Amino acid sequence: MRDARLLASVLAQPAKALSLGTEEWTALLTMAHAERLSGSLAHRLKGIAVPDVAQRFLDRAILTAEQGRREALWEVEMARRALAPLGVPVILLKGSAFVAAGLDAGQGRQIGDLDILVPKADLPGVERAVLDAGWAWLKPDPYDDYYYRTWMHELPPMAHSERGRMIDIHHTILPLTARVRPDAAALIADRAALENGLFTLSPPDMVIHAVAHLLADGDLAGGLRNLWDIDRLVREHGTTKAYWQTLKDHAALHGLQQHVARALRLCHHVFETPVDADVAGEPRRADVLFAGLLLARNGWGRQVRGPLRMAFYVRSHWLRMPPLMLARHLWTKWRKRAGPVK
Amino acid sequence: MRHVFSARIGPRVFRVGSDWRRPVDELRALYRDYPDTAGEIPDFTVRLEGQSWFRRHVRPSVTIEGDYMLPEAVPLSLEHGLLAAEMAMNLQIALGERRYLLLHASSVERDGKVLIMTGESGSGKSTLSALLGERGWRFMGDEFALIDPQTGLAHAFPRPVSLKNQAIAVMQDAAGEARLGPLLKATPKGDIRHFMPRAEAVSAMDQPGAPALILFPRFGHARAIREMGTSEIFVRLTQASTNYVALGDAGFDALTHLVQSTQARAIDYPDTQTAISLVEELWAEFA
Repeated sequence: MRDARLLASVLAQPAKALSLGTEEWTALLTMAHAERLSGSLAHRLKGIAVPDVAQRFLDRAILTAEQGRREALWEVEMARRALAPLGVPVILLKGSAFVAAGLDAGQGRQIGDLDILVPKADLPGVERAVLDAGWAWLKPDPYDDYYYRTWMHELPPMAHSERGRMIDIHHTILPLTARVRPDAAALIADRAALENGLFTLSPPDMVIHAVAHLLADGDLAGGLRNLWDIDRLVREHGTTKAYWQTLKDHAALHGLQQHVARALRLCHHVFETPVDADVAGEPRRADVLFAGLLLARNGWGRQVRGPLRMAFYVRSHWLRMPPLMLARHLWTKWRKRAGPVK
Repeated sequence: MRHVFSARIGPRVFRVGSDWRRPVDELRALYRDYPDTAGEIPDFTVRLEGQSWFRRHVRPSVTIEGDYMLPEAVPLSLEHGLLAAEMAMNLQIALGERRYLLLHASSVERDGKVLIMTGESGSGKSTLSALLGERGWRFMGDEFALIDPQTGLAHAFPRPVSLKNQAIAVMQDAAGEARLGPLLKATPKGDIRHFMPRAEAVSAMDQPGAPALILFPRFGHARAIREMGTSEIFVRLTQASTNYVALGDAGFDALTHLVQSTQARAIDYPDTQTAISLVEELWAEFA
């Protein structure tokens, strides 16, 4: 199995699993696990006749995802209790938001850190409240702390001292060094309320955030899972013309029209997602490279297409900050790692 | 990958891919009594990879990869490739298992009842289980005991025992040379040789047994037996489990049942002869 096309096609059309042989099953499950999509695959394959050992693997994935969901929701509740007295709008992001809102995108999804978005003006109070509630800094290094506070879209990472779970407190969705500067106030103003007093982004803004994360920040490593999020979100909400119009308007507002368009084209290409042609735009030549990278995983769970990955790694730094600033940053990091001169 | 080995151990099928022939040949020899799994879908995949094309050929060093990985695992030399494979397989089940509650423990069975021995590295639990396996007990595993939350039964996971340093000579005396694997000199864990379980233990590995006695052995102290309260037993077993937290409710219920239905003692011993007599004595009393 040379790349993860099989995984993408079974996720999109679970019935294709009916005709798989042993070798294909092995590759499918291994790739799904490596792309952190085994829980999602297991949910998609519910009710489909699969071989015994594959069923064992999928049962394990469902148990893992279910336990992960409970832990994530508990972490959400802990944060809610810590922040409720402040009266600040707390917006759940990514996986925690998907499961808290009961979205398809949360089905079987692995959830790592708790990501929340709060208004920048409220950061000091939020920071104090979570520290009081038992979260602690993970990077006590002064340069890292300075760097996060000056240039990042979030506070330095914290983990809870008893539960060990991490919380990322965002005030916007992309680093301040990035080429694109989304309008955090607009994201917050358009939020959607949950029953427990917390919020998520509005449905179109969930896609905006997923796209920003996938295409405007980082090197697309493990990006197939993020693209799957976008597929699920778009399929669940993209049933009205109004949704697509809002998505288009918001993409323009946040300076992400090109990225949103490309993400939709990739979704359609990889997962056969129905997308609005007006928002997705015309195919571009580089789309093929993006798709090739997202599927760069073989049947042993090994990453393939090294040169392409390297190219995207360089691109990610290019996107993240201007070259001179990058040079300064890497120089400082290198000197710190090299340690004091003896 | 270029070289592939696969085997079923207890209820789980492993697939090991390697950039080199040598670790795969060594695994094949060590696991020759295990069921052939050609054409089966594996539960876990392990990869033994060169850090780069260059390091695959020049001073080859083996990087451990797989479904589950530790972020900072140190590569091993190709001479220790077999150890790398064994460590990687342990890691997969330790971090990936969700059906059974995993105890980092050795276990042996007699008359359908199971003795579980758990303790830190150096407690002697591995060597004791291997020795008992030569003395009328069925060896069920030296690394992990698998507790089924639905039935409370202990399932076997009989891997070749990794004998360290002085334990190598102990098993040479007890069982001869034929079932010992190659000597891996000066690994990060000292000298290691793998000891193959008896073929009967492998062919009976699908038979579970009811846990009857849990021992917490400690090597290097004068002979002693100590009783423990159920809460101490419980906490020590949560520490011995690699997936207790990941199992959630099911893990808590399985462990509570195990502690309430099984006798447990801490034992100290100065030498293997004393350990064996302690085991037989406690077994006669409680099992």
